[in-house]
Amino acid sequence: MSSAAIQVVDLRKTYPGVVALDNVSLRIEPGEFFGLLGPNGAGKTTLISIVAGLTRATSGRALVHGHDVVDDYRAARRALGVVPQELVFDPFFTVRETLRIQSGYFGLHRNDDWIDEVIANLDLTGKADANMRSLSGGMKRRVLVAQALVHRPPVIVLDEPTAGVDVELRQTLWQFVRGLNRKGHTIVLTTHYLEEAQELCGRIAMLKGGRVIALDRTRSLLRQLSGLRMSMRVTGELPAAVASHVAEQTGEHVVLRLSGVAEVEPTLALLRQAGCAIEDLEVAHADLEDVFLQLMSEGRERIAA
Amino acid sequence: MPRPLDETDESPGASGFRTLLYKEVLRFWKVSFQTIAAPVLTGVLYLLVFGHVLEAHVEAFPGVSYTAFLVPGLVMMSVLQNAFANSSSSLIQSKITGNLVFVLLPPISHAEFFGAYVIASVVRGLVVGAGVFAVTVWFAPPGIRAPLWIVAFGFGGAALLGVLGLIAGIVSDKFDQLAAFQNFIIMPATFLSGVFYSVKGLPPFWLAVSHLNPFFYMIDGFRYGFFAQSDVNPWVSLAVVASALALVSAIALRMLANGYKIRN
Repeated sequence: MSSAAIQVVDLRKTYPGVVALDNVSLRIEPGEFFGLLGPNGAGKTTLISIVAGLTRATSGRALVHGHDVVDDYRAARRALGVVPQELVFDPFFTVRETLRIQSGYFGLHRNDDWIDEVIANLDLTGKADANMRSLSGGMKRRVLVAQALVHRPPVIVLDEPTAGVDVELRQTLWQFVRGLNRKGHTIVLTTHYLEEAQELCGRIAMLKGGRVIALDRTRSLLRQLSGLRMSMRVTGELPAAVASHVAEQTGEHVVLRLSGVAEVEPTLALLRQAGCAIEDLEVAHADLEDVFLQLMSEGRERIAA
Repeated sequence: MPRPLDETDESPGASGFRTLLYKEVLRFWKVSFQTIAAPVLTGVLYLLVFGHVLEAHVEAFPGVSYTAFLVPGLVMMSVLQNAFANSSSSLIQSKITGNLVFVLLPPISHAEFFGAYVIASVVRGLVVGAGVFAVTVWFAPPGIRAPLWIVAFGFGGAALLGVLGLIAGIVSDKFDQLAAFQNFIIMPATFLSGVFYSVKGLPPFWLAVSHLNPFFYMIDGFRYGFFAQSDVNPWVSLAVVASALALVSAIALRMLANGYKIRN
C-alpha cells in the first residue's frame, strides 16, 4: 500500500479543560485537493499544526508521505509546505532575501532559479527587492505562498488563504493552486468560504468540536445530504403543505427545501391549485453551505466508508 | 509527481543551521547603528564619566590607573549585555510577530536551533566588545598580559549570556516580561560584579554576595588577561563559568527538545 500524503491516526490534543482534537483519523491521498472545513474552534488549525510539527499531539500519530512528524521529522517537514493564516513576515528582509533564507532553512543554498520562477508565477517580480514591510496585504500573502513552495514540497497546506483577500487576488490564487494540483501536488485547504471549498476540493472533511463529522467526496456530500433548493417569487398565500418546506422568506421571495427532484412537480401543482402565481423560479442543488449548516446544527455524521 | 527538491538537486543531508546562523547575524548587522554603535557609545560614556570622577580617588589594583582598570570591565559588560540582548530580543520578536513559524516549519533540529542563536549572540557580543575596546583603549591602554584568558572568558561569557538570552526569549510571553528579566536580573548582576570596583574593598557581606554572582567571575577572569591581577584565581573563575555554561545549556536544550512554549 502506497503512503498517504497525510495520515493522522487517533490524533488527540487536549489543553486544560479543552479537547481540541478528539481521536481524529484521516487519510489524504497523494494528488488530492482536500478541504478541511469547520467553525472556529473545530480543530482545523490544531490538526494542521500537529501535522506541520508546530504543536505536539497529546496522543496519536501523524505522518506525511509515510514519515512520522515527530520521529522522522526531517523527512516529514521536507515533504510539507504550509501557508499560515496570518500575514506574518520578518521586517528586516526583502522578498528575495526572505525566500533565499527560507530555502536555506531546508538546506537548499543554490535555489535561485526556482525562486525566480516562483516569484514570476506569483507576480512578485516587481517587488522582489522591496522590503517586506512595504508590501500590501495581498502581496504579503503571495510571499507566504512562495515561502511554502521554495523547497518544492509534494504536499501543500493552505490555512484560510483567501481570508480578507480581494476578488481578483482570490481568483489568481485559486488558479495558481489549481495549477499546482494539476502538476501533482497534494493540496489541503482550510477555509470558511464554502463556495471556495465546493469550487476547488474533490474531497472534504468537516470538523466540529474536534471530531470529524463528515468525510466524503464533495459531489456526494452535496447530492446525498441536502436535496434541492427551489427559489421563487410567488404571490398569494402558500398552502400549508408547501409552507412546511420554507427555508427562507422575505415578502414575495421564498426559498423552499425539497428532498429531491420528485418533489418539484407536486409542489408546483399545490401552488397552482392554491391560486399562487409564480413570477420567477430557480431550482438548484443545495450548496455546501446548506450541507454545512445542516450538519453543524443536526449533529449528524456522514462518513464515507 | 513532485518530489522534495533536495532528493534530486542538493545533498540530502544539508541542514538549515548555516542559514539560521546567517540570518541571526544579518538581523543585528542590518541595524548596526542600534545594535553595535549605540552600545559602543554607551561604553565610552561610562569610561569618560566614571574614569574622570574616580581616577584621582581610586586605585583598584596596585600600579594600575583606575581608568585603565575600568576598560576591561566595560568591554566585558558590553559583551555580556549584548550577547543576552541578541538572542532574547530576536526570539521574543519572532514569537510575538509570529514569524518564528518560518524557523519551526523546516527540518532544523533543536541542537541546530540552539547553536545558531547562541553563536550569533557570541558574534554580536564580541563585535560590540571589540568596538568598545577599540575606542576606550585610546583613553587608557590597559596592556595585555595573558591573552588566552581574555579569549576564554570573552567567548565563555558571551556564550553563557547568549544561552541565558535564549532561555529568557523562550520563557517570556511579552516584551514586558523580557524587560523585567533584563532590568531586574541581568543589569544588577552586571553592575554589581566588579566592573567599576574591585570587590576586595567591599564589606564582608557584600563580598560574599559578589562571590555568588557568576558575572563577577567572568569579569574578574577577563580582567586577569589584561593585568595578571584578579580578586579570585582565574582557574576558579573559569571553572565557575564553564559549569554555569554547561548547566544553562542543558536547560535550554531540554526546553527546545520538549518544545516548551514554542511547540506547546
